Amino acid sequence: MKTISALRLALLGSVFALANGAGAMAAELNIYTTREPGLIQPLLDAFTASSGVKVNTVFLKDGLAERVASEGESSVADILMTVDVGNLADLAEKGLTQPVKSDALKAAVPENLRDPADNWFALSMRARVLYAAKGIDLASFNYENLADPKWKGKICIRSGQHPYNTALFADYIAHHGAEATEAWLAAVKGNLARKAGGGDRDVAKDILGGICDIGIANSYYVGLMRSGKGGEEQVAWGNAIKVILPTFEDGGTQVNISGAAIAKHAPNKDEAVKLLEYLVSDGAQKLYAEANYEYPVKAGAAIDPIIASFGELKVDPVQMTEIVKHRKQASELAEKVGFDN
Amino acid sequence: MPHVDLRSSSKLKAARYRSGRPWLLASAFIAALVATPVLALVWQALEGSSGLWPHLLAYVLPQALMQTGMLLVGVGVLVTLLGTSTAWLVTAYDFHGRRLLEWALLLPLAVPTYIVAYAYLDLLHPIGWIQGAIRAAFGYASPRDFRLPDIRSMAGCIVLLGFVLYPYVYLTTRAMFLTQAANLVEVSRTLGSGKGRVFWRVALPLARPAIAVGVSLALMEALNDIGASEFLGVKTLTVSIYTTWVTRSDLPGAAQIALAMLTLVVALVTMERWARRRQRYWSSAQRSRSFTPHRLGTATGLTAFALGLLPVFIGFVAPASYLVVEAWKRFRFAGLSSRLFSETLNTVILSATATLAILLFGVVIAYAARSLPGRITAALQRISTVGYAMPGTVLAIGILVPVAALDRMIDRIALEWLGASTGLLLIGSGAALGYAYVARFLAIAVGSVEAGFSRIPRSFDHAARSLGQNVTGIFQHIHLPLSKPTLVAAGLLVFVDCMKELPATLLLRPLNFETLATHLYGEAARGTYEEASVAALAIVLVGVLPVIVLARIGRWKS
Repeated sequence: MKTISALRLALLGSVFALANGAGAMAAELNIYTTREPGLIQPLLDAFTASSGVKVNTVFLKDGLAERVASEGESSVADILMTVDVGNLADLAEKGLTQPVKSDALKAAVPENLRDPADNWFALSMRARVLYAAKGIDLASFNYENLADPKWKGKICIRSGQHPYNTALFADYIAHHGAEATEAWLAAVKGNLARKAGGGDRDVAKDILGGICDIGIANSYYVGLMRSGKGGEEQVAWGNAIKVILPTFEDGGTQVNISGAAIAKHAPNKDEAVKLLEYLVSDGAQKLYAEANYEYPVKAGAAIDPIIASFGELKVDPVQMTEIVKHRKQASELAEKVGFDN
Repeated sequence: MPHVDLRSSSKLKAARYRSGRPWLLASAFIAALVATPVLALVWQALEGSSGLWPHLLAYVLPQALMQTGMLLVGVGVLVTLLGTSTAWLVTAYDFHGRRLLEWALLLPLAVPTYIVAYAYLDLLHPIGWIQGAIRAAFGYASPRDFRLPDIRSMAGCIVLLGFVLYPYVYLTTRAMFLTQAANLVEVSRTLGSGKGRVFWRVALPLARPAIAVGVSLALMEALNDIGASEFLGVKTLTVSIYTTWVTRSDLPGAAQIALAMLTLVVALVTMERWARRRQRYWSSAQRSRSFTPHRLGTATGLTAFALGLLPVFIGFVAPASYLVVEAWKRFRFAGLSSRLFSETLNTVILSATATLAILLFGVVIAYAARSLPGRITAALQRISTVGYAMPGTVLAIGILVPVAALDRMIDRIALEWLGASTGLLLIGSGAALGYAYVARFLAIAVGSVEAGFSRIPRSFDHAARSLGQNVTGIFQHIHLPLSKPTLVAAGLLVFVDCMKELPATLLLRPLNFETLATHLYGEAARGTYEEASVAALAIVLVGVLPVIVLARIGRWKS
């Protein structure tokens, strides 16, 4: 038994490079990310070219917090990246991050898009927008309108438990309170053309397929579809819809962020801070936003023309930290009204 | 010749247990390995409060249980029908194309459920070419005028999973028909039973344990599936576990639901065994005669072939062709990703290494249970299969906690004694990942090997024992040589499963390490589906090879 295990280890060890921060030769940096590394690889390459720091990534789906927590002080993670504010706040709440004192970061990232205690920083924004069939006559839209009976059997949306929707519902709670949100969710559920599910891109595809007339999805998918990056078919999906930036009746458009934090036991903290500062620099912000058709967090950084064509983004003033607070309740309300059933 | 009852002689029994001790200890060790993540989850579950349950009981569980129950019943019925009927078709009848069908029926094993679901969603979408062709034929201009019902439904999910998972039943049942049933079927034929009667009264009851094994494998796969049900909008218990964990960051709560689900699964399996408690199956030492299949006429033969081809077409040919087309499009658009080669290598090496370990462990568990029958070995055997009944991600979390703790300990000791940090040895080397595969898929190996051993008559063991062989000797001289085909079959099944594995691989892999499945997931997450189609096709191709080998050795004769 023992020899077998030893053999196995030896075999595996010879095949896989040991992910080992020990005795670092050249400067290295390890990123644990729930964001697909492909999206940020060009930026990481640029950073390596300018700083000489090699960047390793591990792309995780769920369980980033659990993995970092159980690796404890032996963890090699320097930077933790996620694509939902809730996940970022989670990391900070579980004590897996450390505050960063950096004037460059504070100057670049607006106050409502970073942790008051400096544990995490937004690097880009995406808006929860309305996709509508070309023939629908709509100039503006409020999230509240989704409950209007005139949309009965005409709305498509992904699962109510997906973090993007949870954040939207949490924002609704922040605006209208839990009771009104429950009623709104129940009404929206009643208006669905099909089961809540699939992805955001399916909303556009299903509008083209005549299953629904309107739907809620993320802004950057429109860029991904229309640019042809996802193949020719998706160009047709992207062109089948028009995009409206909805707002709350008493607010603006709901945005979510992708962001990063420095791990509590980061072995290469200095390099990690350098990378974050690089990511909020003007050039990187432009690249970062363009790579995935997002909104940059830094004021004045360029936006891709496809995204600019939606009109001016008026970000909802509700604090990110407020949205994070209502997340659990939002998820439970969605379950309560059977949003996904 | 005086009759000696070997089994009641206490001296001999004691001697047997002495020589069997290493097997017993090894079994206990393996069972402990599998039980560790489950215990880690129990510990996690206790960390949480029970505050979640009122909400769950009121709003989540009734629906989730309903949906899970419907899915399992539906898939169970469908895989039983498909698996048993196709197994009987290629065993009892002879027609043109039977040889081809024999192995082709296994092909859907090579396609992960999440890929099949994705392929069909695209193929059957209102803007897909199937519905487009229908509209063109009937003169509808737009999908707003005419649409087929949406595949994103419980029925759609049942049909898709059924057509992908039936090979588990086909594989186990066919082996039974070929070996066990042959003699008895021949006898009933000579006694004048009609063909239908032979099937219903002899072959089917005989194959019941094999069907049960196959169906439980298929149902575990269905229960564990997260991709396909997520795509198709079916809210199973597994989905609720995810929601609780990921959306509400409540891992203890998720662990609680997972354990409740595990209890349910164990209860179901126990019930099935209990229902079969009065049935006894013995293998006789006579050489099993191979089945003489009934030759069909040309017209009937063609019909039989077409019927047998249907599940192959739905479960494999259609989705695989879709992938070929999509991958080709991508290839012309962007060429081949250079990562693909190293990822394929990673996938194969990792899966092969894990498979060897799983087979070895499976043999130890199954052989200990056979040669030292008793409560202890039976319990160890049950424990060793428990990992298969957990959602992959939850199990991975259960592994992550103890393995990382061990990693930290090693790191501290190394710092203390050697003055150098080892970093995370087990996670960093991929050993944690191998462990996850063992915990997840050991059940398949144990089940298959056990079924293989059960075809070796007990009288062989007795004969070898009376010739002075101890437990290990009997294994070397009897069981190992006789069950080689079973071992290869089990190995291939496990290999394909390891290769398709996604949730645990995502969570436990080292830095900068990608397999085909994780690459596929990454691309799908970005929505660059065509790039994903290349990786998906690679998974299917790598998976088809072992399936073909599996079919070649299927005709095993004792």
